[in-house]
Amino acid sequence: MTGPEIIAILEERFGSRIRDKKPEVIDPYVVVAPEDLLEVCQFLRDDPRLQFDFLNCITGVDYCEPDPAKAAKAGFEPHLEVVYHLSSFHRRHRFVVKVILPRWKDNQPGRLPEVPSVTSLWKTADWHERETYDLVGISFVGHPNLKRILLADDWEGHPLRKDYVFPLEYHGIRGR
Amino acid sequence: MGWLEGRFDEGGVIVTTLEQAVNWARESSLWPLTFGLACCAIEMMATGASRYDMDRFGAGAFRATPRQADLMIVAGTVNYKMASRVRRLYEQMPDPKFVIAMGACTCGGGPYYKYGYNVVKGVDLVVPVDVYVPGCPPRPEALLEGLMRVQDKVRAMKYFTRGQPLQNLVPSRTGCVKLPPELETLERANEYRKRQKELATPTKA
Repeated sequence: MTGPEIIAILEERFGSRIRDKKPEVIDPYVVVAPEDLLEVCQFLRDDPRLQFDFLNCITGVDYCEPDPAKAAKAGFEPHLEVVYHLSSFHRRHRFVVKVILPRWKDNQPGRLPEVPSVTSLWKTADWHERETYDLVGISFVGHPNLKRILLADDWEGHPLRKDYVFPLEYHGIRGR
Repeated sequence: MGWLEGRFDEGGVIVTTLEQAVNWARESSLWPLTFGLACCAIEMMATGASRYDMDRFGAGAFRATPRQADLMIVAGTVNYKMASRVRRLYEQMPDPKFVIAMGACTCGGGPYYKYGYNVVKGVDLVVPVDVYVPGCPPRPEALLEGLMRVQDKVRAMKYFTRGQPLQNLVPSRTGCVKLPPELETLERANEYRKRQKELATPTKA
């Protein structure tokens, strides 16, 4: 099944809850709100026409230009995106779902934006979500064990955020 | 024991100092710790394997526990999470102990120096390093050279424990460190560096 057909099925089922779509690209995608994510993913996995039984990867993207001189020309408002790449072994097609989040919850720096966890649908999401939490700083609500996977447990900050400040010192070891 | 063979028909006596004898025994059986962190470890394994054969220098017995090892070859990128483990392994080794920093990452951060938020900028910030072996990764010959430098240090040890020599060591196996002609004197070396810097600056097309 091709991307536009999948998008048509989704729009028939969810209507205006599909926030945005882009069918005519290599990886066709739809954008959904965080509160609709679980329902859309459940439909994508269980519908007999779609049968997305495999979650390839979860990616966190930070759209932010830390340099204020370049920010005006950047062409986007600062925000975070979570990208879910899905594919189906059974139907041999693939699809992308995106969720757009604010950089901080309620615009209060330090409060991580929240998105529901999809570990209940695909087991493989467990470590992907931990990595995204660790490096980009997105809180996955409902994850069974949301703690850092790569960095040390007492690490501060999320290094793949564009405005991340490198540590000068860690446990007595100087950083530069 | 080639040159000793057949010299002594009925046993014999060799006179030496105890220090020299102990140092000789010690340098000929440096047991490294099996400790690989990244890609340099592959090169370290190659050094231990049959083509380069680190066992020729008595350092082929890689021990799986720090309590039986004299030499720690830190082979690979050390990150902050690993640093405390490296420190603990070092502290568990019995004296006298030696550390080789193998590769660019352990010498000073290497390619991760500028943008590596998680990489220790040189393992000498964590444990005292005896010999630095640069390279990315170093050739097995370079690691063997570093091992021989450690053996030079052992040979010059004055006390049976941790006595470190004060004067600069002359490498005994390879004679001396010979510099290429363009680096021989200070003026030449400065000139060479200046020229290299000029060559490295990008030109506008």
